[in-house]
Amino acid sequence: MEPLITILGLRKSFGRLDVLRGIDLAIDRGIVTAVVGHNGSGKTTLIKTILGLVRPDSGIVQFDGRVVNGEATYRNQVGYMPQAVRFPDNLTALDLFKMLEDLRGRSAANRERLIERFRLGPELSKPLRTLSGGTRQKVSAVTAFMFQPELLILDEPTAGLDPVSSSILKDMIEEERRQGRTILLTSHIMSEIEELSDRVVFLQDGRIRYEGNVATLRIATGEANLERAIAQMMEEAA
Amino acid sequence: MSATARLYRVIGNDRSGNVPAGSVTGVAVVRKVGLFQLQDVLRSRWLTLYGLFFAALAEGLLRFGGGTSQALVGLTQVVLLVVPLVGIVFGTMYLYSAREYIELLLTQPVRRDQLFGGLYLGLIAPLVAAFVVGVSLPFLIRGVPPDAAGSLATMLTAGIFLTLVFAGLAFPIAIRNEERARGLALSLGVWLGLTVVYDAIILLLLEVAIDYPMELPALIAALVNPVDLARILLLLQFDVAALMGYTGAVFERFFGSVLGGLVAFGVLTLWTIAPFALGRCWFRRKDF
Repeated sequence: MEPLITILGLRKSFGRLDVLRGIDLAIDRGIVTAVVGHNGSGKTTLIKTILGLVRPDSGIVQFDGRVVNGEATYRNQVGYMPQAVRFPDNLTALDLFKMLEDLRGRSAANRERLIERFRLGPELSKPLRTLSGGTRQKVSAVTAFMFQPELLILDEPTAGLDPVSSSILKDMIEEERRQGRTILLTSHIMSEIEELSDRVVFLQDGRIRYEGNVATLRIATGEANLERAIAQMMEEAA
Repeated sequence: MSATARLYRVIGNDRSGNVPAGSVTGVAVVRKVGLFQLQDVLRSRWLTLYGLFFAALAEGLLRFGGGTSQALVGLTQVVLLVVPLVGIVFGTMYLYSAREYIELLLTQPVRRDQLFGGLYLGLIAPLVAAFVVGVSLPFLIRGVPPDAAGSLATMLTAGIFLTLVFAGLAFPIAIRNEERARGLALSLGVWLGLTVVYDAIILLLLEVAIDYPMELPALIAALVNPVDLARILLLLQFDVAALMGYTGAVFERFFGSVLGGLVAFGVLTLWTIAPFALGRCWFRRKDF
């Protein structure tokens, strides 16, 4: 089957800094793809380019066979959890959910279930700026998952979450995967990637250094677990 | 139906041009964003203060300054200074505080030009409304004499133009500058430049070049600056040549009242479109 996302010759620089230096990548449907790499290797820029938040200097991103260029409708099928969550100041979580439903013109079937799962009930009517970082992260997770999108983009989703919430989120990712959804995530926690992902993309200095199945990577580097395998690659890279 | 075709239907990309259920049209998005931002602006006390300020000023001038026409002339200088200041500074602050909201909406199925349209309306509409209501309320309560109605309408037109131009200028400024302090400083700089410094420089040049024919340069100088244009628009109407300054006097002699008004009107329209177009263009290309 044709990949959900196809990226061809993607380049982006911010001023003199070349962040993406020619990325070719296919993200297959129905699996979890993890993007790993050092800080500043271009992971977030890659994700933001797929979302259309960052406009590439050259190259194209295709979503389901259609080139994404200032296009917006495909985001109906995308849920996104950013690395640093920023919400409008005066909004409550409930306002936020309603606003997003209003914008997408449909109700989020999954909303109540997610709120219950994260025990967000008591936090719903407080202004978002008064919530703790972890709680805001959970609100962000609800906004990403509630429309049951075809593609979930999760930028370091568990960073800042307590162990309980973190495992709830991981269960949610697992469930979405079982239902055939496509998930693209980044993380620095290798055990998590090993647990969740089918495929790993290793970014280094804006290029793809390695791309393959998690199992294959372990064999290729001769290391028993992914953490050591990736660490070995990162060291070779450095 | 193939899987891809099915997905297109779900996404709302189907090429037949039908809008599938569960998708929102562009105009609706602009309206939603606009209304949402409007609520946010209305919640801030600045806007109320702004409207009250003009109401109080107009009321004071009417009460102590004599007739309707005199009150309008008295309002002119304040309108020419305060409307640009509030428009550009309030506009810049509004955009910086809407940043999180903008970033959030861009991850949703919202086109950038739609979002820009909504942000623009959400700022301009309440500013214009506060100005128009604030200025005209004291006049309307007393009843406007027929001979002053034109002057009041011109005053409102000039103020609306200045709001469009200066609140519009906030967009390119805030979009291009990541740092809030820098953006605000730039806004104040633009305001000071166009309202005060510009005239001072023109006067200085006239003084220096006193032996040369300066009519044409002065005319061009007046045509370039939106504040000068608004002033000319007002003073042509009030027919108080003494207040018009050199550029205004030249302007009137060159164009005459009617044509002068039309020219000022036309150039102010260009001044309205330019910041909007520039802001929209930069907004579409910006990385978030």
